[in-house]
Amino acid sequence: MQLLLKYKSTLLAIAMLFTITSAMAQTDQDAIMMNKNLFCTGLMYGTSSWNKYWEGTNNRENLNLGTISSNSLSVMGNYGVKDNLNILFNAPYISNKASAGVLHATSGIQDVSAWVKWMPIEKDLKHGTFSMYLLAGASTPLTDYIVDYLPMAIGNKSNTLSGRIMLDYQLNKFFATASETYTIRGNTSIERNAYFTTKMFLTNQVALPAVNTLNFRTGYRSDWLIAEAVLTQSKTLGGFDITKNNMPFPSNEMNATSLGVNFKYEIPKVAGLSLVGGGNQVIEGRNVGQSTGYYGGFFYILDFTKKNKKKSESKTTSTQNK
Amino acid sequence: MKKIYLYGSFIITSIMLVACVKQVESRTDNLPALQPINADLTAGTWKTILLKRPDTFAVATPLAVSNVNYVAELNEIKGLQKNLTSSQNENINYWAAGGVLRWNETMRELVAKYNLPPYQNADGTYPIPSSTNPFAYPLFPFANPPYSARAYAYISAAQYDALVACWYYKKLYNRPAPSTTDAAIVAKAGASQLPSYPSEAAVIAGVTAEMMKLFFPTEIGAIEQKAKLHEDAAIMSGAATRSDIVAGEALGRQIAQVFIARGRTDNAGKAVGTPTDWANFETNTKVKGEIPWISQDNPKRPGMLPLYGNVVPFLFDTATSRALVPPPPPLTGSDKMKQEVAEVYSFTNQPSPENWKLVLFWGDGAGTYTPPGHWNAIASEDFIKLNLSEVKWARNLALLNMSLMDAGIVCWKTKYTYYNPRPSQLDPRIKTLTGLPNFPSYISGHSTFSGAAAAILGYLVPNRAAAYTQMASDASKSRLVGGLHYRADCEMGLQVGAQVGQYAINKAKFDGAN
Repeated sequence: MQLLLKYKSTLLAIAMLFTITSAMAQTDQDAIMMNKNLFCTGLMYGTSSWNKYWEGTNNRENLNLGTISSNSLSVMGNYGVKDNLNILFNAPYISNKASAGVLHATSGIQDVSAWVKWMPIEKDLKHGTFSMYLLAGASTPLTDYIVDYLPMAIGNKSNTLSGRIMLDYQLNKFFATASETYTIRGNTSIERNAYFTTKMFLTNQVALPAVNTLNFRTGYRSDWLIAEAVLTQSKTLGGFDITKNNMPFPSNEMNATSLGVNFKYEIPKVAGLSLVGGGNQVIEGRNVGQSTGYYGGFFYILDFTKKNKKKSESKTTSTQNK
Repeated sequence: MKKIYLYGSFIITSIMLVACVKQVESRTDNLPALQPINADLTAGTWKTILLKRPDTFAVATPLAVSNVNYVAELNEIKGLQKNLTSSQNENINYWAAGGVLRWNETMRELVAKYNLPPYQNADGTYPIPSSTNPFAYPLFPFANPPYSARAYAYISAAQYDALVACWYYKKLYNRPAPSTTDAAIVAKAGASQLPSYPSEAAVIAGVTAEMMKLFFPTEIGAIEQKAKLHEDAAIMSGAATRSDIVAGEALGRQIAQVFIARGRTDNAGKAVGTPTDWANFETNTKVKGEIPWISQDNPKRPGMLPLYGNVVPFLFDTATSRALVPPPPPLTGSDKMKQEVAEVYSFTNQPSPENWKLVLFWGDGAGTYTPPGHWNAIASEDFIKLNLSEVKWARNLALLNMSLMDAGIVCWKTKYTYYNPRPSQLDPRIKTLTGLPNFPSYISGHSTFSGAAAAILGYLVPNRAAAYTQMASDASKSRLVGGLHYRADCEMGLQVGAQVGQYAINKAKFDGAN
């Protein structure tokens, strides 16, 4: 669900955010489905920070911010409507602060996001299994948080709508997944009624450019362990550069390429309980923080099938893993 | 069934979302043509600011409307009107809302663009923007609040004097508008009873373009193009002929020189001060036994325009600007000051969302058109509704902006007289809800600007007086609850501002424009 956050939040805010809720086992980003009537829910803690950012293409530090750090706690869930149709949600609480300067810290519940994840194709090939996923997502702010306060604002307070296509190939215990996501973002209302981007606007409405994201992940995937490396490249389709020594603005062009690793481990002794963790580093960007992040959390599966009340470990993994 | 329900709800969500992804428009994008209720035909007699007489600069007698060369000018308009492109029509509509308004918006835009503090040098010092080398980083100017207050004031005042002179000649020569002389010419920006020679559009374009050379030298090219568009709109809309434009532009540019000459000698050029000046503020404050202001920028940045308080004001003389400096703030070691600090902490410790929004609404910090610009926006949007003549528009904005500039002068003199530390300096637990300005605390600039603006605007638009007072109070309060100022800074700032505004009111009462 890391990417969903990225879409709706300001990327500079997000460049510190976007590692915080990295991949869980059943997320909108991976090629895994919950079986029908299973509900996976969990909590994730994330922390990320940066002390350098890109002002346009210029990588700089800001002694009046020092290190910007972001902590988050997210509630997540994934319900199997059918074996090949899941719905997912995520809602984070976020707090941001700067180590230097006098700017006040921020915190609050950010946006709720939800996805419908559909797997129309799953095919056993001569070698391995191929599957295709189509996803539609939306997000909306849960609280009336401050927007015009970058890089410390917790989000953009904008409604978003996303579409994603995802392809997965698994051979024995090894897999590769690629996806592309397109997100449109509704206008956001900032607290002032005039602002300058590359020209003056006399309104509190700010148009946010759409975002396109490519995600590639590969690694080991079995019933009890997932270990993967992730490459993500996100670009706003439009927006402007932060001018020299200016503050960032929600409609900046914000691009980021990040590398990360994710782990998920099913605890053998407790059916349905899994631990997740990982890390993430922004390696290249434009008008975003060069952030490093870590996360960890746990998930638990509740079984709502009528005939079978006990939690079933075997049902926690992908249908194509068999 | 579930699937249908799900997809259905997503489609509905999508529609709702797409409905709010729409083109962002500014409040003044699609204004109707300005149709003044009163053409102010006698404005040529109004009291000018720097011009000794309205006819200080001569404008030649125009050709008679029957003259063959004038008829050729009318033909030029008719020819243009036959083939107007959509962008030409857009240009006509844009300027039809009012030249003074549009140039005021342009000024605000330039201030916002240039209101960025320079980035430090490698050795931790800061480069100072130079008017003699404006294209080198840091670009000239750093259009901070005092700089921009002065820019708004000079340009508005020059526009006013130029338009008084314009109206003087309009009445003197009484050349009818092209559409009056020739029925084939369409008055695309509304019919005007105003004589057309010299063109008020060209006067405004000429005087403004010339003034901008002083204040925004890197923008001269773009400004001259914009002035040309303004004049094109006047011709294509049938409001003015070529000779109306030529005479108007020349008059405007000449009158600008009077203001530019004043601007070059009003002490603003020395407002940055020297390292010795900067050190003296600190030493002198310590000698008095007070804690001096210390920059909380990192690396420490010299205070913003420390000698701006010596700039020659418009509404009163320098002795008066000194006399308007209020008594000192609570001593930094006093119980009173401890209470004030504690109050600021109490607001910022757990800030309320309402207060935070207020702080950001009135923040007007780096990258914005500044508090003076904010008051220009407030005033302009009210003036639009009043359907004022261009000359009355200019007069009102000149009064507002002279108030703002002079408020800034007294405020800055006060700041560097007492050199009082910010709340976040005295109590490091205090964090601010918007950027902390890099100059001493007492008195609050936002409050002083707002007190002055509310006073003069309340006089100019009496039925909005209570609203302006409320806005000034909100702007002032935002600095307290935002952790930037003590209560004493805000309250005294409003008071000093109101006193400055009173000088503008006194001027307005006797300028002949009422």
